[in-house]
Amino acid sequence: MRVTQGAFSFLPDLTDEQISAQVQYCLGKGWAVNIEFTDDPHPRNTFWEMWGLPMFDLRDAAGVLMELNECRKVYGNSYIRMSAFDSSPGWESVRLSFLVNRPKDEPGFRLERHEVEGRNIRYTTKSYATDRPEGIRYGGK
Amino acid sequence: MNDLSMTIRGKDRYKSGVMEYKKMGYWEPDYEPKDIDIIALFRVTPQDGVDPIEASAAVAGESSTATWTVVWTDRLTAAEKYRAKCYHVDPVPNSPGQYFAYIAYDLDLFENGSIANLSASIIGNVFGFKPLKALRLEDMRLPVAYVKTFQGPATGIVVERERMDKFGRPLLGATVKPKLGLSGRNYGRVVYEALKGGLDFTKDDENINSQPFMHWRERFLYCMEAVNKAQAATGEIKGTYLNVTAGTMEDMYERAEFAKQLGSVVIMIDLVIGYTAIQSMAKWARRNDMILHLHRAGHSTYTRQRNHGVSFRVIAKWMRLAGVDHIHAGTVVGKLEGDPATTRGYYDICREDHNPMRLEHGVFFEQNWASLNKMMPVASGGIHAGQMHQLLDHLGEDVVLQFGGGTIGHPMGIQAGATANRVALEAMILARNEGRDYLHEGPEILARAAQTCTPLKAALEVWKDVTFNYESTDMPDYAPTASVSM
Repeated sequence: MRVTQGAFSFLPDLTDEQISAQVQYCLGKGWAVNIEFTDDPHPRNTFWEMWGLPMFDLRDAAGVLMELNECRKVYGNSYIRMSAFDSSPGWESVRLSFLVNRPKDEPGFRLERHEVEGRNIRYTTKSYATDRPEGIRYGGK
Repeated sequence: MNDLSMTIRGKDRYKSGVMEYKKMGYWEPDYEPKDIDIIALFRVTPQDGVDPIEASAAVAGESSTATWTVVWTDRLTAAEKYRAKCYHVDPVPNSPGQYFAYIAYDLDLFENGSIANLSASIIGNVFGFKPLKALRLEDMRLPVAYVKTFQGPATGIVVERERMDKFGRPLLGATVKPKLGLSGRNYGRVVYEALKGGLDFTKDDENINSQPFMHWRERFLYCMEAVNKAQAATGEIKGTYLNVTAGTMEDMYERAEFAKQLGSVVIMIDLVIGYTAIQSMAKWARRNDMILHLHRAGHSTYTRQRNHGVSFRVIAKWMRLAGVDHIHAGTVVGKLEGDPATTRGYYDICREDHNPMRLEHGVFFEQNWASLNKMMPVASGGIHAGQMHQLLDHLGEDVVLQFGGGTIGHPMGIQAGATANRVALEAMILARNEGRDYLHEGPEILARAAQTCTPLKAALEVWKDVTFNYESTDMPDYAPTASVSM
């Protein structure tokens, strides 16, 4: 399967050139770009690990791309996303978020149904990958 | 025509009998509205021979303290404070016989946090008043002191995006079709296919409640199976607007509770349930972490004709106060009424914290929303993937684009229809962010995206010539260069 989180997951994976253009768009708006990675892509896993702090003072996409490539060297078989944060009053949240790296093999999720009273069902989404401990999922180390 | 006050003062003002409204204190051309006054702008069409000033003063009177004759009991009150004051009347440009009447109301005339109370005055008896041929409430200025007595949208655009984990692009939805007749099981099938194919939301239609062909519990159960299955298939948060509209509040609460128990992130209500019911459901939604979708069923009966009724921009303001998160606000290019400038005005009212006066968009007053949550506009009705560049240009990023027929009617099936819409949208956002002139290069951008997406190719082919070019019945009265004399 293909995890389709983020703004561009239905397009072919973005090239570094395309990623740069998106980053430059965000920087032009005054947003801080942040690199995050995880090996737990559960749809409600909000807090991915941060690759350093959001790059508040960076104004050039090339610097962000350099950081991304550093991150890829270490977590190249994980999900990596780029988020742009806008601190303007009334927003103070993410403005754009898109995947820039994914594991070679994405096993996806199992839907567990727990039958309870009446016809009610409690649903649980479980990532196949998280059956293994953090860090050694997706065939890592 | 805005000459001096004609108000009769002192003892003579209270002599028994009938007196013209403009002499009773409802026409005060020297009055300067206070910052905390509520201001209403009416389009007044007096009966033939009726003085426009008198007609406008009558509107002020009948929407505040007046009755048809002088009453001495006025003297037991601070009557001058409670009288609404018409302070300015302008002929409507290019519309003989119609006048814009600006009327100021003291804040003490209204109960805190109650749209029912506000509307009972402003659009109460006065709309049936005989000396008027027609009357339309065009816009309102709501003082911050009043805005702050309302909850506002239960969730708001920012938190909705955080909860749904979707940023940087419009959300995508579809209304399940056919809107009537599907069993719960068949209905859930449509939901699953559309969500798995790439949509964020599916939606019940306004008149799907609990009918012989599908009891509401069946719909909720099968829809949540579909939502959860699609979530697991894609790794994305999905939702379906479960319509909890019913005959009584007790029934609506029961349905909303069941939706919550099943883990839905969103419920839906119809405008026809009434302002108080809407405010109750907004409070319920806030207490229960639920996004609240409003379908504006019925609004066109009073918003569409230019000379009589209530403008949708007023309804949008009231609904932002009342506390819904989503509101249908027009598509510009789709099958339903909406000229681009007027629609732009509605969208600004939904999404901005501050609205400047923009006569060219039909926005007559500056409005400060004082950090009240933002409301997500929804564009639904006769739109398809081939219009993506126009939709993005007209409606912007914080909007739900709903392609019902444009998803379910796809020749390769519902999943393919959903995928076509999602690919078209992502390609357009990518191009916009890259700095391309996406509005003019739109067809080219879509064609390029379709090279790697067969469903999009098919969608562009099927609907390539579909447009709805009819003249609008409701447009701004002022061209971009005009200004009012205030």
